[in-house]
Order: sequence, then structure tokens, then C-alpha cells
Amino acid sequence: MSSENEIAQEYITLVIANQLFGLPILEVQDVFMPEKITSVPLSAAEIEGVLNLRGRIVTAINMRRRLGLDDSKNTDEIMAVGIEYNDESYGLIIDDVGEVLKLEKDNFESNPTNLDPKWAQVSAGVYRLEKELLVILDVNKVLNIIELQAA
Amino acid sequence: MDDLLSEFLTETVESLDVVDVELVKFEKDPNNQDILGNIFRLVHTIKGTCGFLGLPRLEALAHAAETLMGKYRDGAEVTTEGVSLILISLDCIKDILAELSENEVEPEGDDEQVIAQLHTLSEGKTLAEAGQVPTSGASKVEASAPSENASDDTAAIKIVERELKPGEVTLDDLEAAFLSAPGPDEVDEAPKAEAAPAPTVDAAKPAAAPKAAAGEEGSQKRDKALQPQSIRVNVDTLETLMTMVSELVLTRNQLLEILRRQDDSDFKVPLQRLSNVTAELQEGVMKTRMQAIGNAWQKLPRIIRDLSNDLDKKIDLEMVGAETELDRQVLEMIKDPLTHMVRNSADHGLETTAERIKAGKSEVGKIKLSAYHEGGHIIIEIADDGKGLNTAKISEKIIANGLASEDELAKMTENQIHKHVFAAGFSTADVVTSVSGRGVGMDVVRTNIEVIGGNVDLVSVTGKGSTFKIKIPLTLAIVSALIVGVDEHRYAIPQLAVVELVRAHGDSEHRIEKINNSRVLRLRNKLLPLVRLNDILDLPHNPITIENEGGNETQISEDEAEAKTSDVKDDIEENGFIVVIQVGPQTFGIVVDRVFDTEEIVVKPKSSLLRSIEMFSGNTILGDGSVIMIIDPNGMANQISNDMGSTEIEEVSNEEKGNRSGKTTSLLMFKAGSDEPKAVPLSLVTRLEEIKISDIEPSAGRDLVQYRGQLMPLLYVEGHREMNESGRQPVLVFSDDDRSMGLVVDEILDIIETQLEIEINVPQPGILGSALIRGQATEIMDVGYYLPQAFDDWFERRELGESYKQKRLLLVDDSAFFRNMLSPVLSAAGYEVKTAVDPIEALKLLRDEPGRFDIVVSDIEMPNMDGFMFAETMNKDKDLRDLPIVALSSHISPGAIERGREVGFYDYVAKFDREGLVTALKETLETEGEAA
Repeated sequence: MSSENEIAQEYITLVIANQLFGLPILEVQDVFMPEKITSVPLSAAEIEGVLNLRGRIVTAINMRRRLGLDDSKNTDEIMAVGIEYNDESYGLIIDDVGEVLKLEKDNFESNPTNLDPKWAQVSAGVYRLEKELLVILDVNKVLNIIELQAA
Repeated sequence: MDDLLSEFLTETVESLDVVDVELVKFEKDPNNQDILGNIFRLVHTIKGTCGFLGLPRLEALAHAAETLMGKYRDGAEVTTEGVSLILISLDCIKDILAELSENEVEPEGDDEQVIAQLHTLSEGKTLAEAGQVPTSGASKVEASAPSENASDDTAAIKIVERELKPGEVTLDDLEAAFLSAPGPDEVDEAPKAEAAPAPTVDAAKPAAAPKAAAGEEGSQKRDKALQPQSIRVNVDTLETLMTMVSELVLTRNQLLEILRRQDDSDFKVPLQRLSNVTAELQEGVMKTRMQAIGNAWQKLPRIIRDLSNDLDKKIDLEMVGAETELDRQVLEMIKDPLTHMVRNSADHGLETTAERIKAGKSEVGKIKLSAYHEGGHIIIEIADDGKGLNTAKISEKIIANGLASEDELAKMTENQIHKHVFAAGFSTADVVTSVSGRGVGMDVVRTNIEVIGGNVDLVSVTGKGSTFKIKIPLTLAIVSALIVGVDEHRYAIPQLAVVELVRAHGDSEHRIEKINNSRVLRLRNKLLPLVRLNDILDLPHNPITIENEGGNETQISEDEAEAKTSDVKDDIEENGFIVVIQVGPQTFGIVVDRVFDTEEIVVKPKSSLLRSIEMFSGNTILGDGSVIMIIDPNGMANQISNDMGSTEIEEVSNEEKGNRSGKTTSLLMFKAGSDEPKAVPLSLVTRLEEIKISDIEPSAGRDLVQYRGQLMPLLYVEGHREMNESGRQPVLVFSDDDRSMGLVVDEILDIIETQLEIEINVPQPGILGSALIRGQATEIMDVGYYLPQAFDDWFERRELGESYKQKRLLLVDDSAFFRNMLSPVLSAAGYEVKTAVDPIEALKLLRDEPGRFDIVVSDIEMPNMDGFMFAETMNKDKDLRDLPIVALSSHISPGAIERGREVGFYDYVAKFDREGLVTALKETLETEGEAA
């Protein structure tokens, strides 16, 4: 996060286990409701499986597990945000999608030191919103670390 | 124009453009090793190709430029002067190329000046010091370039090598001096190097000139104006097309699915048409990407021919599987590494004719290039029958290059040491020839192969040769796959690996049986190891509830009840389909719940997050839109052999030290009498049976049991005649023709695949020797010892046959195990057997006493002289020419069989195929008899 962030950035907000998260809008390809996820045996626990999104094979990441949380009880309406990373398609499975926010740099700060390591691993920092806090997800970290674990 | 030449021109011009750009970058950033490495490789390639095309002028220039760059790569300071000079030489190369493309002949003239200047710089002097004036275009050169006195020893050696003439300091001396002077001790080297004159152009030119003339004469006959009817299309464009087609196929399938549910629809006819068009489109797009690997091999025969002249070696290049198709993109990437590796094999792998004769090999060195599909991969093998890698020299290099410490080295297996040839900057060639040996080779090969997600491996046996194995995944291809199901999951298994499907049912003859926890299936008198898909994929299995359990338990004895219950459980659990898979030499069965269709699937690479799972080669989208994983039969085979005995891996690699090629044997492990495990080659065992103790009928001092309508004698492992009092007893059944005998054992333990290192040191009847299997001493049973015990007439009965005369047979095999195993088998078949440990001993026996033998049986893979050569030698000898010889090999391939016939083998039999061997011998002798 360097000087260019003086300009306000746009984020899509997501809800995972009642916590508000943000993803830079430029990173997000689309938002979809995943159907027919095929689980992949022997894969890391965070990997929910693979699915077909308009002819592309998308690897679905269970964000709850990625954050060390229990699985959601409500399995009917899951949502996913599609992202492209290194020419591959990924879907982050989350509870809900919120709105698009334009946020000023002033309200941003780095991860609090007492943040759970599992969360700190994937978070780029926190925005102080009026009513709540918004944890910014770092896509590289979300995907990279699993790769390291799996390797 | 000559295909080779025109291709060279296109490639070289492209490379040179890259070099130009890179060099300028490099000048700005002289510490960037990546850029330098890249330039160095490009120039190296140009140089190498020039050499083969007979373009001495270009070659000399490129070589001189490469030498200077080599110095920079080794750490010399980069000067503007140097870079300018390299640029000038590149310009010269371009000029020559321009002429070449017009006239197809290298223009007259020489570039001595430029080359001399390049050498001056390579030696660490500046041009000003050497009193040389920069040539045209070099006015930019700044005379203030710092002087470089730090002469690099390797660079110095390289210079001398090229100039080597009779009477001068020999390379070996230099090498010796270099080795005996550890540490940065260049002072000794440098004077020697500089003492030598530098007339390189003269030295290089006369040698290559005649060849150039010959090559160009041929090329002029070709039609220059011939332009290929093709256009270049960006691979990305094709890739996109392919994706779109895949989606179209998907949509079509969905539409057809909908149509199936509606009876009378107006859509029917147009949809049918859409379907056909889609299929054709799919095929067409696929074709645009696929090419036979033979395209990448076209250049090789010529390269080998020229090399054969240059190096004065007789080389025979064999190419198998040229029609194997692979993705165009993959093909492009594999082309250069392949050429390089073949060159390497010819240059470093094969010995000179004189050395070969000395080693008792045929004087023609052999390089075999083969390509085939294995599972979802394409395997390309480059095998030579040369001297193999020099482990000692590689070890030295590893230490010298600081790749490993002495301690680490001591712990490495020979194979691990060999793998270091793939490290960057590694070359073990003493002589840096223009062919290869600068150490760019193998690391480029590895990098290029890894870029496309493949890997390269090597096996080298001293004195026998080296085999490089390149494995490239089919990243994008349509393959035919069998869709199978376990519980609610579906998986695709590439059809290529599937040999057959067997339906297993508790009541049918195909019943899944268990040996300890290993499942096996009796399939055509062989035991097939089985693995359940859900086990190997670590899936929770939903066991089907066992019905009727304990129904009328009270009426039968406890033993039987237990047996019954487990039977019932097995029956229900073990119903299903068995997909018989063959991967290389390994055959196994995968147990699945259901088998669906065979479908043409589009292999899509799996996500990088899943790349570490070797069980899957990719994934695909099925007609119904769902994604399924594609099973990689190779990965599965690896997993299975790991499961079967992970401890063996280390042992095997240790055993490889003992100079053995990777012959593995399936052994059936069991216990009988003592606690020590015993083993017998699985292939000798016809069946595993459990007999009821109550069925055993003692008769005339021995035990018999009713088996398949006959009485089968039961034998006991020497000295142990104990059995369970009641219940059942496991028995190994050995059959020969229509006779069977049963060997009573206490417990069947396992089936393992291992390399057998047998020690014949137990003077005990019935035991061939002992071997270390899974770290435990195991007795290997001698089945031949028991056969005559079962039937007193086992040996004699054949002798009673009509007009019987005992035939005398010579068995040649380097493995004591096989000699000991086959001798009794052959004796049992009525032959008088004599053994020889190698063809040399065999030839001695044959020549000493002509007419002593009626037939020869020979192994193929043997040190010193292999079976092919043996047969050839016999064929050339007028006394031995008519003696029938039968080949025995653990590797049976159509190529080998063909080769065998060519050199004069009457028949070719698999090593463990006892029946086949006996039949082949009989037939061979009968035909001989008729002919005589």
C-alpha cells in the first residue's frame, strides 16, 4: 500500500461469519452462486472443490475454513466471488455479498497486533467504518499460503 | 531450399534479434546473470546448429563470441568494448546469414580480425594492450576500458582445447594440473594458456569445409520458391478457439439431453445437424494443435550422420513411435531439448569405435529414441548403449561447483549423483567440443521441459549406457476416458491405461479375495493386485449394511461361522467393478462401485493449488456440466507401490548401486513352519486356495486333496508338517500342464514388488537362498525342488513320449536367481540343462564342443554383451548359425521382438512365462527337426 492509495479505493464488501470483509473491486471478476461443487479428494481442507462456471473450471476456496472458522450451518444460499489469479479462476465461498464502498485512506490501518494469526495471514489491513470494522482481504495471501501448505 | 537450412535461418534470425535486445540490456545491467545466461544459450544454439549444417564461418564466429560470453558468465568484468565487439560479431553473423538466404552458400571471406579481437578479450586483455585496432563500427569502443588481469582458469582451458594440435600441451595434462591445483591458483594455468598461439579460424575451417560443400550441393536441388501452404497462428488464438469449442460441445450435450426428454420436437433435425457440425469442429480444432512427434525428429538422422563423421563413431539411430501425437505447443518446446540430448548421447554417451570393441560391444553405437503415451502423459526416451555416466567425475564436479559437500555426497545414491548433470553450468566432458560440453546443455533441457510441466529423469548403468526419460503431461488434449463412480463421486480414467473391465461378484468366478489386507483377484491364472478407489483417494466409504448377519449361526461350528460371516461381509462389500489398469510394467485393478460411459473429455489442467496431488492429472467438464477429476494412472501406480512397501524405495536405490538395472519381481510372501517369512515369485503360483482340513485324504504316505476333479498332492515346506487341527489351511497351488500340486503354508502375508538381490548361501533343500525384503531376511523357495516330490514321474513322464531323445539346452543369464529358477523348470520339461553366466562363457562352451547343445536360451539384458549381440555373433559363426536360440526377457515390446527376430532369435519369451518358454522351446525344436 503506497502513495497511490491517497486516492480513495473501491471495495466490495463480503460477510463471513458476521464479519465484514473487503476485496478491492478491481480484483473481483464476478459474484455467483456456486452450484454442483465437486469435492477433490486429498486436497487441502480449505479447498471446497471444483466447479464449472460458464465453461471454466473454478477452484472454490472455503473462506470460513481458510479463516479457521466452523462451516456455515446455512448451506442453501452460499455465495462466491470469482477472482483471477495467475490465469487461473478461483471462487471464494462466503456467506453474503454486500455493497461497493469507496473508502478514504485516512481510515485505513494495518492489522492490529492481537489479530488471530490465521486472519492476519490473509488480511492486508483494516478500515474503520462508522459502525463496524472492515477487514481487507489480500488475494495473493489468501491463495498463496494454501499453495505453500499444500506443497 | 533445404528444409533444415531454411528453418535454421528463420530460427537464427529470430534468436539474433533477441540477442541484440538482451545484449543492450546486459550492458546496462552487467550483473544480471539471467540475461547473460539467456544470451549465452542463444549463441550456443546458433553455434551448435552451424556446426551441423557445415557453416564453418558462422560457427567460428559464434564460437569465439560464446567463449567471451562464457568468460563473462564465469564472472569476468563486463566492458563496453566487449559488448560492442560481440555486437559487431553478431552483425557479421547477420550479414553472412543474409547472403546465405540468398545464395544458400556461405559467402567467401573470413572474420579473422573480429575473432582475434574476441580472443584477446577472452584472454583478459584489452584491444589497446594487444595493439589491435577495432574494426568497423567499433569506433564507439572506449579505449579507457579497465584492464582485466584476473584470468579465469576454465576460460583459459577452453581456449587451449580448441587449438589443440599434436605436440602441444595435451588436455589431460592440463586437466591434471587443474585438478591437482585446488583453490584459486590460476597463475600456474594462465602462462600455459597464453603460451599457445591463437589461429583458431584456420584450425576450424579446413575440417568443416568439405562437409559444407557436400551439404550445399544437395540443398541447391530443392525448389527455393516452395512456400508451405500455412500461416502462423498465435497459440493463444487456438487456445481460445479450443475453449470456445469445449463450451459449444457442452451446450450441445445439454440441448441433446433436453431433447431426449421431449418426444416429438421440431428441434430434432436441426439439433442433430448442430451436433454433427460441433463434432467436426471439435475435431478440426483439435487437429490444429496436434502434431506427430516425428516432426521434431526429422532433423535428427542427419545430425547423427554428421556427428558420426565428426566424432568418428559408428552410430545407429533408432526411432520408435514417431507417430505419437502431441500438442503443437508442447512439441515446439521439446524440439530443442531433444536435439540437444540426442547430440549429447552421441557425443558423450557413446564410446569411440575402438573403445567399444575393447569393451566387447558391437562397434556400432546405438541411440534409441522412443515416444509413447503412458497414462495422461507422453514419454520420450533417449537411450544409448554407451559407457554410462561417470559417477566419479560427476562427484568431483559436484564438489568443485559447491553443489554439495563431501558428506552429503557420501550419502547420495549413484542415481542421485547422476541427477546433478541437470544442474546449471554442469558439464563433465573433458573436452569442450563444438558439439557440446559447455554445461549449458542439460540445464537448458531441464528448464525447457519443466516450463511445460514435464520432468526429466535418467538411469545410467556404467558400461551399459544411459537412458533419459522425459515425461510431458498432456496439458490440453481430448482423451477418451472411462467414467467411474464411487458412492456419489465420479472420476475419469484415461482409456489408454485401461486394459479391461471385470465385474466382481461374490458368487461368480471373479471374486475379490484378501491376503491379509491386500485385495487380489484371480484373473486368467494370475493374481491381480487390487486397490479400492475410495481407499486410495481417502474417501469415507458408506458401507452397505450387512444383511442376514448371524442368521443361522447356532447350527455351525464356531470356526466356520466366523469364516462365513467374513465371507458374507466380503461378498457384499466387494461387489463392484474392477478396472484393470496397466502402467508401464505394472498391472493392477481399481475397484469401483459403478462404471458409466466412455466419454471424450477435454483435459483441463488442474489448478496450481491442486498440483501437488499426483493422483489426478487434470479435470474436465462432463456433458451434464459437472466437473470431475481425471485420475492419473501413473500417480496411482506410484501411490500403490508406495503403499505396498514404502521402505523398499530406499532399498531399491541402494541396490541400484550394485549395478543392477531396475528389474523388479512380484513376490508372494508367506509363513510356513518358522516365523521367518518365505517368498516365492508370484508368477510361479497358479492359484491361492484354502482347503478344508477335513477334505485332506492321506494315501500311501502322503496327503491328497480333491481339487478340480483331480487328486492334488499336498506338500509341506521342508521339515514342517504341522497344520491346523480343523478349519481351513491356505495352500499355494502350482500347476504345470494338467497337473497341480499344493504347497501347504501357515499364513499368506502379502504380495510385494521388489528388486531381488538373492544370496545363494543356504545349503538347504527347497530353498534357493535368502534375500532382504523390507529389511527382513526372507527365504526364497525353490519350487523346482518340490515339483518332482509331488509326482515321482514329474521328470520322467515326458521322457516316455514318442521318439523321445533328451535335448541339451544351454541357458545364458547373468542373474543367479533366474538361472536357479529356470534350470529346474527346464529340467522338469525334459531338457538337460547347462548354464552360463554370460554370452562370453556361453560362446566358449559352444565353440569348445560343437554339437553339444541342441538349443540355446538367452537373456537379453546382460552386462558386457547383451542377448542381441550374442545372437548376432552366433549368426556370424558358421558352426553356430543353425543352432536355434530363444530370447528370454523381462521387457517385451514389439520393437524388442522385431529386433530379436532380425538378429536371429527364433522366439522371444517373457521371463516369467514358464509355460510359454516350454512351448516355445518345443515348437522351435520341432520346426528345426522338420527342416533338417
